[in-house]
Amino acid sequence: MTKYILKRVGYSIVTLFLLVAITFFMMQLLPGDPFTGEKQLPAAQMEALYAKYGLDKPVWQQFFIYIGNVVQGDLGVSLTYNRAVTLMITEAFAISFDVGIRSICFAFIGGVLLGTLAAIKRGKAADTVAMIIALLGVSVPSFVVASVLQYFLGLKLYMATGMRIFAITGWEGFNSHILPVVALGFGSLATISRLMRTSMLDVLGQDYIKTAKAKGLSQSGIIFKHAMRNAIMPVVTVLGPITAGILTGGFVVESVFGIPGLGKYFVQSIQGLDYTMICGTTVFYGAFLIIANLVVDIAYGLIDPRVKLEG
Amino acid sequence: MTQIDKSRFEWIGSDSARREGISRPSTTFWKDAIGRLMKNKVAVVCFFIIVLLILSCIIVPFFSPFESREQHLGEVNKGFMTVCTDSRYEGQHHVHYFGTDNLGRDLFLRAFEGGRVSLMIAFAAVFVNLIVGLIYGGISGYVGGAVDTIMMRIVEIVNGIPYLIVVILLMMVLPKGIFTMVVAYGITGWTGMARLVRGQVLQLKSQEYIVAAEAMGAKSSRIIAKHLIPNALSVIIINVTLAIPSAIFTEAFLSYIGLGVPVPQPSWGVLAKGGQDVFMTYPYQLVVPAVAISLTMLSFNLLGDGLRDAFDPRLRR
Repeated sequence: MTKYILKRVGYSIVTLFLLVAITFFMMQLLPGDPFTGEKQLPAAQMEALYAKYGLDKPVWQQFFIYIGNVVQGDLGVSLTYNRAVTLMITEAFAISFDVGIRSICFAFIGGVLLGTLAAIKRGKAADTVAMIIALLGVSVPSFVVASVLQYFLGLKLYMATGMRIFAITGWEGFNSHILPVVALGFGSLATISRLMRTSMLDVLGQDYIKTAKAKGLSQSGIIFKHAMRNAIMPVVTVLGPITAGILTGGFVVESVFGIPGLGKYFVQSIQGLDYTMICGTTVFYGAFLIIANLVVDIAYGLIDPRVKLEG
Repeated sequence: MTQIDKSRFEWIGSDSARREGISRPSTTFWKDAIGRLMKNKVAVVCFFIIVLLILSCIIVPFFSPFESREQHLGEVNKGFMTVCTDSRYEGQHHVHYFGTDNLGRDLFLRAFEGGRVSLMIAFAAVFVNLIVGLIYGGISGYVGGAVDTIMMRIVEIVNGIPYLIVVILLMMVLPKGIFTMVVAYGITGWTGMARLVRGQVLQLKSQEYIVAAEAMGAKSSRIIAKHLIPNALSVIIINVTLAIPSAIFTEAFLSYIGLGVPVPQPSWGVLAKGGQDVFMTYPYQLVVPAVAISLTMLSFNLLGDGLRDAFDPRLRR
């Protein structure tokens, strides 16, 4: 088990290093530098500026300086907002994290229940309905779901009833939370429910379920005590990719709903070519996802006894 | 123990023809799979939807009287089925079937031209993934040993980097365009295919008929071409079918956040972004690209599921 965890941590560190390296060299590839503006500065002044910001050093030295800065949490200064990128990220990410966690909970609980329902009622109407929902979720991009929800449940419902049941934009108060969370979690809910259905069907065909039935356990007892615990295993493995999906999906959903989270800033900085902000956010997102994957891997190792045997 | 009287048994004869006969028609793996796919109505319908979409994206733009970047300034943000009143087309009774956007461009034509771009990117990107994955996974699985270990470690590390973030970085650095999108997706998306191919090769390599072929002195190239590829093909086909919707989604996503194909060129993602911007006032403009993207992704997903069932020998009846 220790060996397994060490191996995972090792991979994650290498991956993180690679991510920072990719980001750095991408920045190097960008044309121009911060001091080539409309006004042509004298060569001596340029040299002085380069020396001040360390741009006269060879690229590999700059690279290690950059890595040192990243490790210390210094990601530079935003070109459009003129504030420290790290500060902006920590501020905005609190909101994105809130949105994301709620979406993951919604997707996980909804997906597991929907998948279980579909498996128990296999071939019946409930199964068909659940799988149609799942297929829609896999096929319809999140920005479409977001727009449709915003239009029908936000705007049309308000116009029809005169009551603000769901707020259209922002992230204040519970009624503004529902639509973004549903829009963001819908795709993942679909993935989880499809996976859960397959895995549940597999488990329900096992002998120990027959034994439990023969012992006279109730249907709900069998499902919740025996089947669900085992069927949920494959779902845990996709939590890593699902976190990634929800985080990146947040870019568009936050923009559509006007939530002041990191995703919205990221899209704005891409559109406004705010390079330091883009790179800072990229490194941050990448690191977050790599760590999230690591946590999921280790959690899976703790749950699944087979991983322990492998060492 | 009581004796059973022999007279209670009767010789009914033996039908040697039936005993030795072949109970069902002989069939190859591929014939069988196609037969089963044909019985899956959903998959067949999806297949025809895909063919229809591809053909119409290729053909429709040729017959449109308009150009995709042509502006009809008198007809901005018109709804479905608006008759064209532009002075250039006076008396020709053309219709903007899907209306016009906020620059007065014909959305019917742009939807299909956008489809060309989106589908082209998706197919090209998946093709790049396939080639890289085949070569990488094939070598890794076939050579085995230390080479395999190192190559798979690399895959694991590349796989750990969130691909959308790398794609975004690449799109910033490289010039905008279709080619860049294909490259960006190709660089990041091949790991899944490589793993899959390696798994197949490893599994097949230990099969008896491969060992037999090796024992009879067949060259590596012959084993790969005659045994490995045909046997791994079904899994690869399924994976390609399921990879296309994810490529279409990536294109739409990137265009949506402003990193897609450059401006005058339409793609489904660009159109969806345009529709989204005016969604509260002109909701119809999002409908067409949203339906196009969703329908394509749905069809490919369902066809992929159908193929998986058709190729699965365990489901054979």
